[in-house]
Amino acid sequence: MPEVNERPLVQAIGLTKHFPVRGGLLSSLLRREEQVARAVDGVSFDIRRGSVFGLVGESGSGKSTTARLVLRLIEPTAGQVIFDGVDMGTLKPAAMRSLRSRMQIVFQDPMASLNPRMTIGAAIEHPARIHMPDLTPKQRRERVIEMLEAVQLSPGRQYYDKYPHQISGGQRQRVVIARALVTNPDLIVADEPVAMADVSVRALLLELMMKLKEQFDLTYLFITHDLATAKYVCDDIAIMYLGKIVEQGPLRSVFREPSHPYTRALLDAVPVPDPKHRRNRPMPAGEIPSALNPPSGCRFHPRCPIAATEVCPLVDPELRPVEGRPEHLAACHLRTGAYQHLDPER
Amino acid sequence: MSEVVYSIRDLVVEYQTRAGSMRAVDGVSLDIRRGEILGLVGESGCGKSTLGKAMMRMLSRNARIAKGELIFDGRDLVKASDEEMRQIRGGRIGMVFQDPMTSLNPTQRIIDHITETIQTHRPDATDEEARERAAFLVERLGIRKDRLDDYPHQLSGGMRQRVMIALALALDCDLVIADEPTTSLDVIVEAKFLDLLKELRDEFNLTIMMITHNIGVVAEVADRVAVMYAGEMVEVGDVYSVFEKPSHPYTEGLLKSVPNIAIDDEELYQMAGGPPNLMHPPTGCRFNPRCPYAMDICSREVPPRFEAHGDGGFAACWLRDPVRKEARDA
Ligand SMILES: Nc1ncnc2c1ncn2[C@@H]1O[C@H](COP(=O)(O)OP(=O)(O)OP(=O)(O)O)[C@@H](O)[C@H]1O
Ligand SMILES: Nc1ncnc2c1ncn2[C@@H]1O[C@H](COP(=O)(O)OP(=O)(O)OP(=O)(O)O)[C@@H](O)[C@H]1O
Ligand SMILES: [Mg+2]
Ligand SMILES: [Mg+2]
Repeated sequence: MPEVNERPLVQAIGLTKHFPVRGGLLSSLLRREEQVARAVDGVSFDIRRGSVFGLVGESGSGKSTTARLVLRLIEPTAGQVIFDGVDMGTLKPAAMRSLRSRMQIVFQDPMASLNPRMTIGAAIEHPARIHMPDLTPKQRRERVIEMLEAVQLSPGRQYYDKYPHQISGGQRQRVVIARALVTNPDLIVADEPVAMADVSVRALLLELMMKLKEQFDLTYLFITHDLATAKYVCDDIAIMYLGKIVEQGPLRSVFREPSHPYTRALLDAVPVPDPKHRRNRPMPAGEIPSALNPPSGCRFHPRCPIAATEVCPLVDPELRPVEGRPEHLAACHLRTGAYQHLDPER
Repeated sequence: MSEVVYSIRDLVVEYQTRAGSMRAVDGVSLDIRRGEILGLVGESGCGKSTLGKAMMRMLSRNARIAKGELIFDGRDLVKASDEEMRQIRGGRIGMVFQDPMTSLNPTQRIIDHITETIQTHRPDATDEEARERAAFLVERLGIRKDRLDDYPHQLSGGMRQRVMIALALALDCDLVIADEPTTSLDVIVEAKFLDLLKELRDEFNLTIMMITHNIGVVAEVADRVAVMYAGEMVEVGDVYSVFEKPSHPYTEGLLKSVPNIAIDDEELYQMAGGPPNLMHPPTGCRFNPRCPYAMDICSREVPPRFEAHGDGGFAACWLRDPVRKEARDA
């Protein structure tokens, strides 16, 4: 099938966000420099139109901050986001508002993103009021009911006047999805959308999200810390560690042939629901260092089983193709860089 | 057969709510054996935590044990006094919860918490002894000794879990009940915690009951698995056998709907329907409205329990019961 529009829907280029953090009393007395949390540090990726781009990584790796940068809910310290060919950093507020209606976000906890005193119908209608001023009240109501039925809360009329506490957790998440869809967006950023759901509910929600993607021509930025879930939904994937992408590429390529030692560890760590597949490889030592004071060179080097003292603590590795595959990149001196002769597993 | 540490017999736990009373645990029997890791699984709301809390008599005020026995250390804990229970909780039966922040005092250093707990349960231990034991165990669990001077919020989630386990070890607990201990942990931290549990089981013959909705975690560490559905125990058995050949259709569906990174499937299996309202559970087999194999009898009569998976394992199902199956086939 030939692509109608080859341009990626989203291009992130060198996205960086450093949050200033107030130091303790002592450091302010000593007039030390203000500390920064390097939440996101030079992240670049393309999200292809109509695809699901997965951002995975452990807690604190910078996934949500990257999402907020893509939606421009926060200003980047450096770098750009190009949305459908437009550099979002150059937009005037009015143009920004209209672009906003083309991107929506779905969070992990539906209860926290719904107002308990607002009916489900009113909640879904709210973004339509802001972004679709031309609709009459009757048209708006019809649109809301259409969205309720799209997320399989049907007949929609019956759900319109209910309150969030009157429906189940899985249904609430569907309401949040319906609200995200009402303005007819191109991009849905889903930040851990199924993390709170039970196994059976999770399978239903994921299938619904994939169905809606086809039905409404959506593109997803799908954030999760669960690689097993990512496997069922993502076309492309990026693995984050301490604010950087360490590996990215088509999901199958990354899962079948993980190149970066951190990606391997993450994949190994996922518990497999089959006792015959118990893990026997050891996990990396230590814990994730603080974003306030990330290690020098490759940020994974203090925990890396193959780190080489000659280079890893000294030089920050760049993303480079894995075995000549231009779409699968990894940032490791010993796997894709100039020091492959030092790889003990070669 | 190995020694039984804790025996739950025909336990019924009821909650009083404004809408009426509800049985969150309904006729559950289960033996926990010394030195095993037992995984208790089931969908949200099926009664796992209620069972775990009942075992320690830590139920909320609107709950009561309506029936059954909890046999531990030669006595029935249902009849034990509050004072006896205070000694047993933490002293003989250790607890690890999803968020240990709630069980640690935020204003107390880790070391003080551990020594104080040791001394509450072992009044003859001197400060020195308690501190030494705490330091030894915490280091054994991979936390540097100097971190003992930290406050709970200064430790990561994984470290706090290890502190709770260290406490159970310090007191030589006969049983540790862990309710969703890894739910808030990242995969690598979770994997390390599971490795640690296996090591401790091997090294100290620690007995662990692990309550979780994460089927992968159970496959990774458990020796036996117990499956609850709508307040009832529907299947129990050796973990290899249950995963290889589940006897109950609910277990079968549950195992199939788990994302599996190790196989090459593209879609997740979806179990029909959702868990029933425990206020009005379905008659007959509680799983019958969702069961792909349901027969007439399943909605009318409570299914028989039959032996499965060897070694005291069982399942409760009309379809799979070998005796009735023969009768039907004949
Ligand atoms: N507003 C803020 N001020 C200071 N630091 C922040 C802020 N927001 C995030 N951080 C820090 O930036 C880092 C990345 O946080 P982020 O929330 O993006 O991670 P995440 O990958 O989404 O984690 P999780 O899986 O826990 O949601 C963390 O170290 C976090 O503490
Ligand atoms: N204090 C309470 N009062 C009334 N009902 C309760 C109370 N605590 C739990 N319940 C109900 O009892 C049932 C069993 O709850 P329980 O917490 O034991 O389930 P669970 O299997 O641990 O679920 P989860 O996986 O979500 O932790 C649920 O229907 C729940 O709503
Ligand atoms: Mg996040
Ligand atoms: Mg629970």
